Amino acid sequence: MKIINFKLQITNSGLILIFLLTTCHVSLVTAPLAAKWGGVDESVVEKYAEEHGRAAREPLINTDQGDLLLFLFLLAGTVGGFIAGYYWKQLTEKKKGTKVVQDNSKAV
Amino acid sequence: MKFQISNIKYKNSGVLTLLLTACCLLLTAGEARAMHIAEGILPFNWAALWFAVSIPFVAYGLRRLKILSRTDLSVKPLVGLLAAIVFVISCMPIPVPTAGTCSHPGGTAIPAILVGPSISVLVAAVALLIQALFLAHGGLTTLGADIASMGVMGAFTGFAVFKLLRRFHVNLSLSAFFAGMLSDWAIYLATSVELAAGIRGDAAFIPLFTKIVIAFVPTQLPLGILEGVMTAGMVSLLARRRVDLLVKLGVIEPEHAGETV
Repeated sequence: MKIINFKLQITNSGLILIFLLTTCHVSLVTAPLAAKWGGVDESVVEKYAEEHGRAAREPLINTDQGDLLLFLFLLAGTVGGFIAGYYWKQLTEKKKGTKVVQDNSKAV
Repeated sequence: MKFQISNIKYKNSGVLTLLLTACCLLLTAGEARAMHIAEGILPFNWAALWFAVSIPFVAYGLRRLKILSRTDLSVKPLVGLLAAIVFVISCMPIPVPTAGTCSHPGGTAIPAILVGPSISVLVAAVALLIQALFLAHGGLTTLGADIASMGVMGAFTGFAVFKLLRRFHVNLSLSAFFAGMLSDWAIYLATSVELAAGIRGDAAFIPLFTKIVIAFVPTQLPLGILEGVMTAGMVSLLARRRVDLLVKLGVIEPEHAGETV
Protein backbone atom coordinates (compact mmCIF):
# COMPACT_ATOMS: atom_id res chain seq x y z
CA MET A 1 0.00 0.00 0.00
CA LYS A 2 2.83 2.34 0.94
CA ILE A 3 4.65 1.49 -2.26
CA ILE A 4 1.53 2.27 -4.34
CA ASN A 5 1.11 5.63 -2.55
CA PHE A 6 4.76 6.42 -3.10
CA LYS A 7 4.42 5.62 -6.82
CA LEU A 8 1.37 7.89 -7.02
CA GLN A 9 3.33 10.68 -5.37
CA ILE A 10 6.20 10.23 -7.82
CA THR A 11 3.72 10.36 -10.72
CA ASN A 12 2.15 13.53 -9.31
CA SER A 13 5.45 15.31 -8.84
CA GLY A 14 6.44 14.19 -12.34
CA LEU A 15 3.29 15.73 -13.78
CA ILE A 16 3.86 18.97 -11.87
CA LEU A 17 7.43 19.10 -13.15
CA ILE A 18 6.31 18.52 -16.74
CA PHE A 19 3.80 21.38 -16.33
CA LEU A 20 6.54 23.59 -14.89
CA LEU A 21 9.01 22.80 -17.68
CA THR A 22 6.37 23.31 -20.37
CA THR A 23 5.43 26.67 -18.87
CA CYS A 24 9.08 27.76 -18.74
CA HIS A 25 9.58 26.62 -22.32
CA VAL A 26 6.48 28.48 -23.53
CA SER A 27 7.61 31.58 -21.63
CA LEU A 28 11.07 31.51 -23.20
CA VAL A 29 9.77 30.84 -26.69
CA THR A 30 7.13 33.56 -26.49
CA ALA A 31 9.29 36.15 -24.72
CA PRO A 32 10.51 37.82 -27.96
CA LEU A 33 6.89 37.97 -29.14
CA ALA A 34 5.77 39.79 -26.00
CA ALA A 35 4.05 42.56 -27.96
CA LYS A 36 1.93 40.00 -29.73
CA TRP A 37 0.75 38.39 -26.51
CA GLY A 38 -1.29 41.28 -25.16
CA GLY A 39 -3.87 40.65 -22.44
CA VAL A 40 -7.57 40.40 -23.23
CA ASP A 41 -7.99 43.55 -21.17
CA GLU A 42 -6.44 45.42 -24.09
CA SER A 43 -7.76 43.35 -26.97
CA VAL A 44 -11.32 43.09 -25.61
CA VAL A 45 -12.13 45.21 -22.53
CA GLU A 46 -10.28 48.43 -23.38
CA LYS A 47 -10.96 48.10 -27.11
CA TYR A 48 -14.75 48.00 -26.68
CA ALA A 49 -14.67 50.58 -23.89
CA GLU A 50 -12.79 53.02 -26.12
CA GLU A 51 -15.21 52.38 -28.97
CA HIS A 52 -17.98 53.54 -26.63
CA GLY A 53 -16.07 56.54 -25.31
CA ARG A 54 -14.85 55.05 -22.01
CA ALA A 55 -11.05 55.04 -22.05
CA ALA A 56 -9.09 53.54 -19.14
CA ARG A 57 -7.51 55.98 -16.68
CA GLU A 58 -4.12 55.68 -15.02
CA PRO A 59 -4.27 53.59 -11.85
CA LEU A 60 -4.26 55.49 -8.54
CA ILE A 61 -0.83 54.11 -7.70
CA ASN A 62 0.82 53.77 -11.09
CA THR A 63 3.45 51.07 -10.81
CA ASP A 64 3.43 50.50 -14.56
CA GLN A 65 6.72 52.39 -15.02
CA GLY A 66 9.81 50.80 -16.50
CA ASP A 67 10.79 47.59 -14.74
CA LEU A 68 8.96 48.53 -11.52
CA LEU A 69 5.91 46.46 -12.44
CA LEU A 70 8.10 43.49 -13.36
CA PHE A 71 9.77 43.75 -9.94
CA LEU A 72 6.41 43.92 -8.17
CA PHE A 73 5.05 40.92 -10.06
CA LEU A 74 8.18 38.96 -9.20
CA LEU A 75 7.92 40.00 -5.55
CA ALA A 76 4.22 39.12 -5.45
CA GLY A 77 4.93 35.74 -7.03
CA THR A 78 7.73 34.95 -4.61
CA VAL A 79 5.74 35.98 -1.54
CA GLY A 80 2.58 34.25 -2.83
CA GLY A 81 4.55 31.10 -3.65
CA PHE A 82 6.25 31.11 -0.25
CA ILE A 83 2.95 31.51 1.61
CA ALA A 84 1.31 28.76 -0.46
CA GLY A 85 4.26 26.43 0.15
CA TYR A 86 4.39 27.23 3.88
CA TYR A 87 0.69 26.51 4.46
CA TRP A 88 0.78 23.45 2.19
CA LYS A 89 3.55 22.05 4.39
CA GLN A 90 1.53 22.83 7.53
CA LEU A 91 -1.53 21.11 6.13
CA THR A 92 0.13 18.00 4.79
CA GLU A 93 2.36 17.21 7.74
CA LYS A 94 1.37 13.79 9.03
CA LYS A 95 -1.03 14.02 11.94
CA LYS A 96 -1.32 10.63 13.58
CA GLY A 97 -4.62 9.72 15.23
CA THR A 98 -6.63 12.39 13.41
CA LYS A 99 -10.29 11.53 13.67
CA VAL A 100 -12.50 11.75 10.61
CA VAL A 101 -15.53 13.73 11.74
CA GLN A 102 -17.89 15.43 9.32
CA ASP A 103 -18.91 19.01 10.04
CA ASN A 104 -22.52 19.25 8.94
CA SER A 105 -22.78 22.88 10.03
CA LYS A 106 -20.98 24.09 6.90
CA ALA A 107 -23.24 26.48 5.09
CA VAL A 108 -22.96 28.61 1.99
CA MET B 1 12.72 4.53 7.40
CA LYS B 2 13.50 4.79 3.72
CA PHE B 3 9.89 5.59 2.96
CA GLN B 4 9.83 8.27 5.66
CA ILE B 5 12.89 9.93 4.12
CA SER B 6 11.27 9.68 0.68
CA ASN B 7 8.10 11.27 2.02
CA ILE B 8 10.04 14.15 3.59
CA LYS B 9 11.92 14.65 0.33
CA TYR B 10 8.64 14.59 -1.54
CA LYS B 11 7.10 17.21 0.77
CA ASN B 12 10.11 19.48 0.34
CA SER B 13 10.11 19.05 -3.41
CA GLY B 14 6.37 19.83 -3.43
CA VAL B 15 6.96 23.12 -1.62
CA LEU B 16 9.87 23.90 -3.91
CA THR B 17 7.79 23.08 -6.98
CA LEU B 18 5.01 25.39 -5.82
CA LEU B 19 7.51 28.19 -5.28
CA LEU B 20 9.21 27.65 -8.63
CA THR B 21 5.92 27.42 -10.51
CA ALA B 22 4.67 30.67 -9.01
CA CYS B 23 7.95 32.46 -9.72
CA CYS B 24 8.33 31.16 -13.28
CA LEU B 25 4.77 32.02 -14.20
CA LEU B 26 4.92 35.46 -12.67
CA LEU B 27 8.28 36.19 -14.29
CA THR B 28 6.46 36.12 -17.60
CA ALA B 29 3.98 38.69 -16.39
CA GLY B 30 5.24 41.93 -17.86
CA GLU B 31 2.37 44.31 -18.42
CA ALA B 32 -0.22 41.70 -19.11
CA ARG B 33 -3.55 42.08 -17.41
CA ALA B 34 -6.74 40.36 -18.27
CA MET B 35 -10.29 40.15 -17.10
CA HIS B 36 -9.90 42.82 -14.39
CA ILE B 37 -11.68 45.96 -15.52
CA ALA B 38 -9.25 48.87 -15.49
CA GLU B 39 -9.66 52.19 -13.69
CA GLY B 40 -12.17 54.60 -15.25
CA ILE B 41 -13.84 52.22 -17.68
CA LEU B 42 -17.12 51.94 -15.78
CA PRO B 43 -19.19 55.06 -15.13
CA PHE B 44 -19.69 56.04 -11.47
CA ASN B 45 -23.26 54.71 -11.11
CA TRP B 46 -22.33 51.27 -12.46
CA ALA B 47 -19.15 51.12 -10.37
CA ALA B 48 -21.23 52.00 -7.28
CA LEU B 49 -23.84 49.38 -8.12
CA TRP B 50 -21.22 46.60 -8.34
CA PHE B 51 -19.79 47.70 -4.99
CA ALA B 52 -23.29 47.47 -3.50
CA VAL B 53 -23.67 43.98 -4.96
CA SER B 54 -20.33 42.63 -3.74
CA ILE B 55 -19.97 44.19 -0.27
CA PRO B 56 -22.63 41.98 1.43
CA PHE B 57 -20.91 38.86 0.05
CA VAL B 58 -17.52 40.02 1.36
CA ALA B 59 -19.02 40.82 4.78
CA TYR B 60 -20.71 37.41 4.96
CA GLY B 61 -17.45 35.72 3.91
CA LEU B 62 -15.63 37.44 6.77
CA ARG B 63 -18.29 36.26 9.21
CA ARG B 64 -18.09 32.66 7.91
CA LEU B 65 -14.31 32.70 8.23
CA LYS B 66 -14.54 33.85 11.85
CA ILE B 67 -17.07 31.14 12.69
CA LEU B 68 -15.15 28.38 10.91
CA SER B 69 -11.75 29.30 12.34
CA ARG B 70 -13.20 29.39 15.88
CA THR B 71 -14.32 25.77 15.61
CA ASP B 72 -11.47 24.35 13.53
CA LEU B 73 -7.83 25.40 13.73
CA SER B 74 -6.91 23.78 10.41
CA VAL B 75 -9.13 26.25 8.53
CA LYS B 76 -6.63 29.10 8.95
CA PRO B 77 -3.69 27.44 7.15
CA LEU B 78 -6.10 26.16 4.51
CA VAL B 79 -7.53 29.63 3.87
CA GLY B 80 -3.98 31.05 3.88
CA LEU B 81 -2.97 28.51 1.24
CA LEU B 82 -6.09 29.21 -0.84
CA ALA B 83 -5.65 32.99 -0.62
CA ALA B 84 -2.06 32.69 -1.87
CA ILE B 85 -3.18 30.38 -4.68
CA VAL B 86 -6.02 32.69 -5.79
CA PHE B 87 -3.71 35.71 -5.64
CA VAL B 88 -1.00 34.03 -7.73
CA ILE B 89 -3.41 32.40 -10.21
CA SER B 90 -5.45 35.56 -10.79
CA CYS B 91 -2.44 37.66 -11.74
CA MET B 92 -0.81 34.96 -13.84
CA PRO B 93 -1.10 35.77 -17.55
CA ILE B 94 -1.16 32.59 -19.58
CA PRO B 95 -0.40 32.78 -23.31
CA VAL B 96 -3.12 31.15 -25.39
CA PRO B 97 -1.55 30.16 -28.73
CA THR B 98 -4.94 29.71 -30.45
CA ALA B 99 -5.74 33.38 -29.86
CA GLY B 100 -2.29 34.99 -29.67
CA THR B 101 -3.34 36.74 -26.46
CA CYS B 102 -2.86 36.28 -22.74
CA SER B 103 -5.41 35.91 -20.00
CA HIS B 104 -5.60 34.51 -16.50
CA PRO B 105 -7.78 32.02 -14.67
CA GLY B 106 -9.86 33.20 -11.71
CA GLY B 107 -8.94 30.43 -9.29
CA THR B 108 -12.01 31.01 -7.11
CA ALA B 109 -13.53 27.58 -7.75
CA ILE B 110 -10.82 25.91 -5.62
CA PRO B 111 -11.63 27.78 -2.36
CA ALA B 112 -15.36 27.61 -3.18
CA ILE B 113 -15.20 23.82 -3.25
CA LEU B 114 -12.99 23.52 -0.18
CA VAL B 115 -14.20 26.21 2.23
CA GLY B 116 -17.43 27.44 0.67
CA PRO B 117 -18.23 30.23 -1.81
CA SER B 118 -18.59 33.07 0.69
CA ILE B 119 -15.03 32.66 2.00
CA SER B 120 -13.93 32.36 -1.62
CA VAL B 121 -15.44 35.81 -2.31
CA LEU B 122 -13.48 37.21 0.63
CA VAL B 123 -10.25 35.64 -0.63
CA ALA B 124 -10.88 37.06 -4.13
CA ALA B 125 -11.60 40.52 -2.69
CA VAL B 126 -8.27 40.59 -0.82
CA ALA B 127 -6.35 39.38 -3.88
CA LEU B 128 -8.07 41.92 -6.16
CA LEU B 129 -7.45 44.77 -3.73
CA ILE B 130 -3.69 44.07 -3.54
CA GLN B 131 -3.52 43.73 -7.33
CA ALA B 132 -5.42 47.01 -7.86
CA LEU B 133 -3.23 48.86 -5.35
CA PHE B 134 0.24 47.66 -6.27
CA LEU B 135 0.20 45.74 -9.56
CA ALA B 136 -1.77 48.14 -11.82
CA HIS B 137 -4.04 45.12 -12.31
CA GLY B 138 -7.67 46.22 -12.26
CA GLY B 139 -8.89 49.52 -10.85
CA LEU B 140 -9.94 50.67 -7.40
CA THR B 141 -13.18 52.23 -8.67
CA THR B 142 -13.92 49.02 -10.59
CA LEU B 143 -12.99 46.78 -7.64
CA GLY B 144 -16.67 46.09 -6.86
CA ALA B 145 -17.29 44.90 -10.43
CA ASP B 146 -14.17 42.71 -10.36
CA ILE B 147 -15.22 41.17 -7.01
CA ALA B 148 -18.72 40.55 -8.38
CA SER B 149 -17.41 38.72 -11.45
CA MET B 150 -14.34 36.89 -10.18
CA GLY B 151 -15.44 36.46 -6.58
CA VAL B 152 -19.21 36.12 -6.48
CA MET B 153 -19.92 34.69 -9.92
CA GLY B 154 -16.80 32.50 -10.09
CA ALA B 155 -17.14 31.09 -6.59
CA PHE B 156 -20.89 30.43 -6.58
CA THR B 157 -20.84 28.86 -10.05
CA GLY B 158 -17.92 26.59 -9.11
CA PHE B 159 -19.57 25.61 -5.84
CA ALA B 160 -22.98 24.93 -7.43
CA VAL B 161 -21.53 22.85 -10.28
CA PHE B 162 -19.38 20.81 -7.86
CA LYS B 163 -22.27 20.11 -5.48
CA LEU B 164 -24.63 19.24 -8.32
CA LEU B 165 -22.22 16.79 -9.91
CA ARG B 166 -21.37 15.20 -6.56
CA ARG B 167 -25.09 14.73 -5.91
CA PHE B 168 -25.17 12.64 -9.10
CA HIS B 169 -22.19 10.63 -7.76
CA VAL B 170 -19.73 12.01 -10.32
CA ASN B 171 -16.08 11.31 -9.49
CA LEU B 172 -14.35 13.91 -7.27
CA SER B 173 -11.74 15.01 -9.84
CA LEU B 174 -14.25 15.22 -12.67
CA SER B 175 -16.64 17.27 -10.53
CA ALA B 176 -13.79 19.63 -9.61
CA PHE B 177 -12.75 19.85 -13.28
CA PHE B 178 -16.21 20.95 -14.43
CA ALA B 179 -16.54 23.29 -11.45
CA GLY B 180 -13.25 25.02 -12.37
CA MET B 181 -14.02 25.19 -16.08
CA LEU B 182 -17.57 26.53 -15.75
CA SER B 183 -16.49 28.91 -13.00
CA ASP B 184 -13.92 30.45 -15.37
CA TRP B 185 -16.45 30.83 -18.16
CA ALA B 186 -18.98 32.31 -15.73
CA ILE B 187 -16.43 34.94 -14.66
CA TYR B 188 -16.01 36.10 -18.25
CA LEU B 189 -19.76 36.07 -18.86
CA ALA B 190 -20.19 38.29 -15.81
CA THR B 191 -17.37 40.58 -16.99
CA SER B 192 -19.13 40.86 -20.36
CA VAL B 193 -22.39 41.82 -18.64
CA GLU B 194 -20.63 44.43 -16.49
CA LEU B 195 -18.76 45.87 -19.44
CA ALA B 196 -21.69 45.91 -21.86
CA ALA B 197 -24.01 47.47 -19.27
CA GLY B 198 -21.43 50.06 -18.22
CA ILE B 199 -20.14 51.29 -21.57
CA ARG B 200 -23.15 50.91 -23.88
CA GLY B 201 -24.52 54.46 -23.53
CA ASP B 202 -27.44 54.57 -25.99
CA ALA B 203 -26.46 51.36 -27.76
CA ALA B 204 -28.51 48.18 -27.32
CA PHE B 205 -27.30 45.86 -24.56
CA ILE B 206 -27.70 42.40 -26.14
CA PRO B 207 -25.70 42.98 -29.39
CA LEU B 208 -22.84 44.61 -27.47
CA PHE B 209 -22.86 41.87 -24.82
CA THR B 210 -22.79 39.19 -27.54
CA LYS B 211 -19.92 40.95 -29.32
CA ILE B 212 -17.85 41.07 -26.11
CA VAL B 213 -18.58 37.42 -25.24
CA ILE B 214 -17.55 36.31 -28.74
CA ALA B 215 -14.34 38.35 -28.45
CA PHE B 216 -13.50 36.54 -25.18
CA VAL B 217 -14.17 33.05 -26.58
CA PRO B 218 -10.86 32.25 -28.39
CA THR B 219 -8.88 33.03 -25.22
CA GLN B 220 -11.24 31.89 -22.50
CA LEU B 221 -12.44 28.63 -24.02
CA PRO B 222 -9.04 26.89 -23.70
CA LEU B 223 -8.20 28.79 -20.52
CA GLY B 224 -11.39 27.51 -18.88
CA ILE B 225 -10.28 23.96 -19.64
CA LEU B 226 -6.89 24.72 -18.08
CA GLU B 227 -8.61 26.14 -14.99
CA GLY B 228 -10.64 22.92 -14.79
CA VAL B 229 -7.43 20.87 -14.84
CA MET B 230 -5.86 23.06 -12.15
CA THR B 231 -8.95 22.82 -9.93
CA ALA B 232 -9.18 19.05 -10.33
CA GLY B 233 -5.44 18.71 -9.63
CA MET B 234 -5.61 20.77 -6.45
CA VAL B 235 -8.71 19.06 -5.05
CA SER B 236 -7.50 15.53 -5.84
CA LEU B 237 -4.05 16.30 -4.42
CA LEU B 238 -5.65 17.45 -1.16
CA ALA B 239 -7.91 14.40 -1.19
CA ARG B 240 -4.84 12.17 -1.37
CA ARG B 241 -2.87 14.04 1.29
CA ARG B 242 -5.62 15.20 3.72
CA VAL B 243 -8.78 13.27 3.07
CA ASP B 244 -9.73 13.80 6.75
CA LEU B 245 -9.77 17.56 6.17
CA LEU B 246 -12.01 17.26 3.13
CA VAL B 247 -14.41 15.03 5.06
CA LYS B 248 -14.44 17.48 7.96
CA LEU B 249 -15.19 20.37 5.60
CA GLY B 250 -18.03 18.42 4.01
CA VAL B 251 -16.35 18.21 0.58
CA ILE B 252 -16.43 14.39 0.70
CA GLU B 253 -18.94 12.22 2.54
CA PRO B 254 -17.25 9.97 5.14
CA GLU B 255 -18.46 6.85 3.30
CA HIS B 256 -16.72 8.09 0.11
CA ALA B 257 -13.43 8.91 1.86
CA GLY B 258 -11.71 5.88 0.37
CA GLU B 259 -12.98 6.28 -3.18
CA THR B 260 -10.63 6.80 -6.13
CA VAL B 261 -10.07 10.52 -6.69
